[in-house]
Amino acid sequence: MLIKKPGSSHIKEHEVTDESIYRGRRQILKSMGFVGASALLASPHSQAISWFGKDDDEVFVTSPLSFNSVDKYKSDEKLTPEAKVTTHNNFYEFGTGKSDPAAKAQGFKVDPWTLQIGGLVEKPLTLGYEDLTTRFPLEERIYRLRCVEAWSMVIPWIGFPLASILSEVKPLSSAKYVAFETLEDKEQMPGQRSRFVGGGVDYPYVEGLRLDEAAHPLTLMSVGLYGKTLPPQNGAPIRLVVPWKYGFKSIKSIVKITLTDREPPTSWNRLIPAEYGFYANVNPKVDHPRWSQARERRITTGGLLSRNRIETKMFNGYDEVAPLYKGMDLRRYY
Amino acid sequence: MIRLSAKHLLLLKTIIHLGSLVPLILTFYQAVNDQLGGDPVEALLHFTGIGAFNLLLLSLTVSPLAKFLKIGMLIRTRRLIGIYAFVYALSHFLSFIFFELQLEWSLLISEIIERPYITVGFAALVILLLMTATSAQKVQQRLGKYWQKLHNWVYLSALLIALHYIWSVKSDITQPIIYWVILIFLLLLRKDKFIKPLKKTKKTTKRLA
Ligand code: HEM
Repeated sequence: MLIKKPGSSHIKEHEVTDESIYRGRRQILKSMGFVGASALLASPHSQAISWFGKDDDEVFVTSPLSFNSVDKYKSDEKLTPEAKVTTHNNFYEFGTGKSDPAAKAQGFKVDPWTLQIGGLVEKPLTLGYEDLTTRFPLEERIYRLRCVEAWSMVIPWIGFPLASILSEVKPLSSAKYVAFETLEDKEQMPGQRSRFVGGGVDYPYVEGLRLDEAAHPLTLMSVGLYGKTLPPQNGAPIRLVVPWKYGFKSIKSIVKITLTDREPPTSWNRLIPAEYGFYANVNPKVDHPRWSQARERRITTGGLLSRNRIETKMFNGYDEVAPLYKGMDLRRYY
Repeated sequence: MIRLSAKHLLLLKTIIHLGSLVPLILTFYQAVNDQLGGDPVEALLHFTGIGAFNLLLLSLTVSPLAKFLKIGMLIRTRRLIGIYAFVYALSHFLSFIFFELQLEWSLLISEIIERPYITVGFAALVILLLMTATSAQKVQQRLGKYWQKLHNWVYLSALLIALHYIWSVKSDITQPIIYWVILIFLLLLRKDKFIKPLKKTKKTTKRLA
């Protein structure tokens, strides 16, 4: 076969979404050895390994959601299989390994949950667990997710625009930024108890957006994926999804949204300011100091031998956000 | 002094062969068949990188251990462990070229030049390559005293790998620091090796002066 340069025609090659993957989640988990490996470890010495986590056999239960699919956010790109979306995660609260969150977060409690929206707003708002999936109409949106580590996925999220919340709380004219905060719970999150597990991040994890970024129609509050509520490793019960920014901006398991007049601190920027900026827009021309951002490995089906290296697009291909940054030097504001 | 019989040595070597090859082959098999988690490339890079470093440190432990336990024959396993360290390091490098960069050669060259952690990793690999290429006994005899000189570079290689590792990590550096501590301990065990030649050079410079 000819080796084609990836371009727009490249996407069409994979037009068909693998239906069996969409459905047979457990089957795939098993064949990936995920269930198998943990069962193997757990069977003879289940007592011994229960030091490391709570009950390893516990599986978080997700439930189906009702939602609209909006044509605008459909996609003909090949989806990342659900089994990979839910087992390859960066969620350092549950460990720095990619499979740690799926392994260690299954007992995470999401109900009851409280999400507080306040700060510089006219009408502060508190949402409970039920509100997250019922208060705003839900829609399915297929977005590309580009990790700062140069891999990417295509994920069918379920959620509602952050703009819906903002228009309800009515930001004051002095509000310029939106700050987000993840749950802090050392009992449930081993990474917050130990530096070694949690990668040295200063918890709780915090993120932020400029108000106009937050109000952009693409900015999504996600409560589900693949038709069901979010599993904990993907940020249950509610997370942010900002598809034109590197994945670490899309903060998980949010308990607090605060409108502010000053640029809020963000976790990775605090940790290594030279490598992670406040904006973190996907930008193939601005390399991470330690690796190139010009390309990415698209994670779909297929193992090692699949040629999945594609060009990274400015703003992850979401050109409609370009006006937000008109006149800004994106090399400086990385 | 405990004597290892030829049979024991054979057993030990078989264990080294199996212990190195089986996990390597199994991991590649899983990666090809998409059974290595979400991103087989990353998993492979980590496995082969850590595997190479572990084996190299193990090879550096052999000689002090043989002295401590007074089992001279143990030394005869050192070359094999060293070669497997190279095999893992080569798999690591080839995984990077074939699966991470997917044969984008221009990027390979610029990465080696521009990214310091890749530069030192590459330098370490070159040293391991030279040592493996000269590891046959015949070559050793031919090279005479130069052979020992060349093979002392293994310590430099190990230091470069420890640097490569700590530089490659995204945030918390606890684990690479543990490796540093082990490496420094091993270096201290063999400090005579480095101090003697230093003293010698001092003497010669004095004499020359
Ligand atoms: C040209 C040569 C080399 C290249 C291009 C290279 C490339 C890489 C890359 C890209 C990573 C980061 C993987 C990631 O975090 O996703 C890495 C990590 C690592 N490499 Fe290398 N490497 C080279 C040589 C070596 C050698 C010779 C050794 C050891 C003998 C080694 C040991 C390691 C270790 C221990 C890690 C850390 C793995 C981890 O974090 O689990 N590397 N290398």
